[in-house]
Amino acid sequence: MSELTNRIGLTKKEYTALTSTMCKGCGHDSVTSCIIAACFELGIDPTKVAKLSGIGCSSKTPAYFLSRSFGFNAVHGRMPSIATGTELANHTLKLIGVSGDGDSANIGIGQFVHAIRRNVNLVYIIENNGTYGLTKGQFSATADYQAIDHYGDVNEYQPIDIVELAIELGATFVARSFSGDKQQLTTLIKAAIGHKGCAVLDVISPCVTFNNHDTSTKSYAYVKEHDIPLQELGFVPSFEEITVDYKPGEAKEVELHDGSRLILKKIKEDYDPTNRMAVLMALEKSFKEHNILTGLVYYRKDLKPLHELMNLPDRPFHEFTENELRPTRAQFEEFIKELK
Amino acid sequence: MTTQKIINNFTIKIATTNGTGSQSANNILFKSLVRMGTATSAKNLFPSNIQGLPTWFHIRTNPKGYQAMKRFSEILVAMNPTSSGQDLGEVKEGCVVIYDSTVISIGQEKPGVTYYAAPMSRLAKDNFDTPRLRTLLTNALYLGVISYLFGVDKKIITQVVQDTFKKKQKVVDVNLKAIELGYEYAKGNFTKKDPYFYAPDNKFQNKIIIEGNQASALGCIFGGCTVAAWYPITPASSFSETLDAYAKRFRVDPATQKKKMAILQAEDEIAAVGMAIGAGWAGARSVTGTSGPGISLMNEFIGLAYYAEIPIVICNVQRVGPSTGLPTRTQQADIIKCIFASHGDAKHIVLMPGTVEESYELTASAFDIAERIQTPVLVLTDLELGMNLWASDPFKYCDKPFDRGKVLTEKDLEKIKEWGRYADADKDGIPYRTLPGNPHPLAPYFTRGTGHTQEAGYSEDPAVYQANMHRLGKKYKTAVKYLPKPLISGDKKSKFGIISVGTTHHAVVEALDTLKDKNHIPVKYLRVLAYPFHEDIKTFVQECDKVLVVEQNRDAQLMSLLKMDLDGSSAKLSSLAYSDGLPIDPDVITHKAREVFVS
Repeated sequence: MSELTNRIGLTKKEYTALTSTMCKGCGHDSVTSCIIAACFELGIDPTKVAKLSGIGCSSKTPAYFLSRSFGFNAVHGRMPSIATGTELANHTLKLIGVSGDGDSANIGIGQFVHAIRRNVNLVYIIENNGTYGLTKGQFSATADYQAIDHYGDVNEYQPIDIVELAIELGATFVARSFSGDKQQLTTLIKAAIGHKGCAVLDVISPCVTFNNHDTSTKSYAYVKEHDIPLQELGFVPSFEEITVDYKPGEAKEVELHDGSRLILKKIKEDYDPTNRMAVLMALEKSFKEHNILTGLVYYRKDLKPLHELMNLPDRPFHEFTENELRPTRAQFEEFIKELK
Repeated sequence: MTTQKIINNFTIKIATTNGTGSQSANNILFKSLVRMGTATSAKNLFPSNIQGLPTWFHIRTNPKGYQAMKRFSEILVAMNPTSSGQDLGEVKEGCVVIYDSTVISIGQEKPGVTYYAAPMSRLAKDNFDTPRLRTLLTNALYLGVISYLFGVDKKIITQVVQDTFKKKQKVVDVNLKAIELGYEYAKGNFTKKDPYFYAPDNKFQNKIIIEGNQASALGCIFGGCTVAAWYPITPASSFSETLDAYAKRFRVDPATQKKKMAILQAEDEIAAVGMAIGAGWAGARSVTGTSGPGISLMNEFIGLAYYAEIPIVICNVQRVGPSTGLPTRTQQADIIKCIFASHGDAKHIVLMPGTVEESYELTASAFDIAERIQTPVLVLTDLELGMNLWASDPFKYCDKPFDRGKVLTEKDLEKIKEWGRYADADKDGIPYRTLPGNPHPLAPYFTRGTGHTQEAGYSEDPAVYQANMHRLGKKYKTAVKYLPKPLISGDKKSKFGIISVGTTHHAVVEALDTLKDKNHIPVKYLRVLAYPFHEDIKTFVQECDKVLVVEQNRDAQLMSLLKMDLDGSSAKLSSLAYSDGLPIDPDVITHKAREVFVS
């Protein structure tokens, strides 16, 4: 029996890569498998994807998915500038960036902020475990107030909430998920891929070695208990002509830039991911109640991604020739004349 | 008056206040003198300030067309009461002082000095409506006075004013009115008592006038640069701003109105170089323009580009360090920092232009070199070159095809079975690369700053690490043949040599003439244009008995590199490392050379 292939004739295996070197049970491996599943199911052409990362456990993971894509493991906290430069040079590539809480909320917070401000066309996944794994268990800036680390030390500082910060900064697509909820995460990755602009995905991804203990607020057990999904998610890719049945008022459809649709079925109260003020209120409330809201948190479709703001040509810059890039002799002579 | 006329051989120093519009007036004077065909150079000495601090502009005319700055000037135009004490103190017998007598009083006149008192602020006040206009046009007034006293052609000044303010007829009108006021005041009140005159000449005919930063920006346009990321910093900002202006002029597709150049002001220099690296990785020719503090911030990323072998160009317009240093003064103290930027065994290709024409040509070629060698190329200029206007022969149109280096396309990959991103296939140390988006199954690889195999896989294997580092060393040696050779001139038979770099050149050429003509010491001269060094430098030193290495820093950085690279030459090398923030005076070199070569 031949293996199952997707709409571009690739098997799921062709979206995998090297074997992971994460610790057994690491949340990051689940994120990796969700990226693989999302890309396979969407039939993404891996040769049109670039995988980018900074430094840290999370940043190693692009080696473990999409072996047919180019990858760039840059320096600590600076993945967004690499993504920005890549988009300027060749915006026909789909950029998937993987970062961590230390990479994006500590050393790289400046680049995180400005990538959002410029609406860099990037799926920006932050594998958030509140701790530094590779350097063995120090707190990161997303560690909760009074959280207790692997060594029993208490965090005395206020946490940075990546989701709330991203919305404040004007992000166009902000979601939060949990590496333990593969269905939700895979759907959100698909939607992020369909979005044009900076799609921020804060994924709580427990560190089994340094931050999964009983007193941790980023452990599997804690997150499971406090995870409040905002919606039940459905996804209709652009290439499928499917109508989804739901009663009026029961669900909301979000049409993404690539024509795919994210179906948000209401779970509890009326949550509108396009109402920025209401979204921030809901986040504040959940923060006080020690709950973790997951799902599509915030969305707006009306802003252009960076390369459109900069009015760049349709083709990648490496294809441009001398004739296309240099002034003509006549233009040059005119220019020189003006300098006399 | 019995004194002989001194024609086209003197310096005017204009002392004004920053932010008052004196820059425009000074540039108009400089351009007018060049259009008269006189061999003239200009140096703008300005403070790190928007408005209020003293600033000086030196306009030097001399029969041989020397471009160096002499510290001494024959004529002082004193417009700034804050600095007038110092300015007047430096005046010597035989000098001329023109001063704004509304705001400056001379006190006791010095013997043998000619004074011309013109109440320029009052004239401006009486003739113009607003305080701003009065301030601005006080400067145009001294143009009129200078024009009358020394014979700067008023027709040419008028043309230059019109060209400068092109479409703003009102601005042209008020400037011309102020110039006329100054001229008429001088005519009505002064009797010419000094010997200094300008006269039309044929020395500087057909010259263009351009700043080094403008020339470098033009080099980027011709070098095929398509992505530029930058963070504002003196003295490099005008490089990126000019590049933006040139992109708007030359890179907008008339059919689609799309811009074939992405210029982005980053949040800091780290992001700026990161963007350039991302773009270089993805196949664009990319640049970032900065100065010393920016280079310091970029170090980690430069090491990544070196180790991951990503082409980028970095233009470093050097200013005075350490730290914030003197942000508006000139120095050559980043040479070693740039060559060895970043930790570990990183080393880089550095190009060091000394003229505006070289800024244009070497910057354009930097993109070829970066892609050919797959590594960062740093173009080192300095504030003196970058932010001054220079008269130059017109640039030549660059029609050299791009050298995109070893890039494997999809078609290339169809022909080969195996490929390793970091394999030394041609035994020259330069590997082959593919560009993201290349759909061939063999094309993709994983770029990383960690240790890697020939196939770009992660590795901590000692043999793999060492082999890769040695290949990078080999690649660095291969690079030499793609770099500009040093320029050798002067008296080729002499056993005495001078080596210099960058803008120090302008003082050296003047010192060479003085040494030959006045001291009867013929000297041969080599100017370094690039690092790693070319073999010709070794030969030059071997053929000399004594070599003086002249550069503008404290610790003799260029000489240290020569000592490091040229075995057994140390005993021959002497150093003149001089740096006080202002361009080195040729007399300093002459003096030191006499000491070294005669002793």
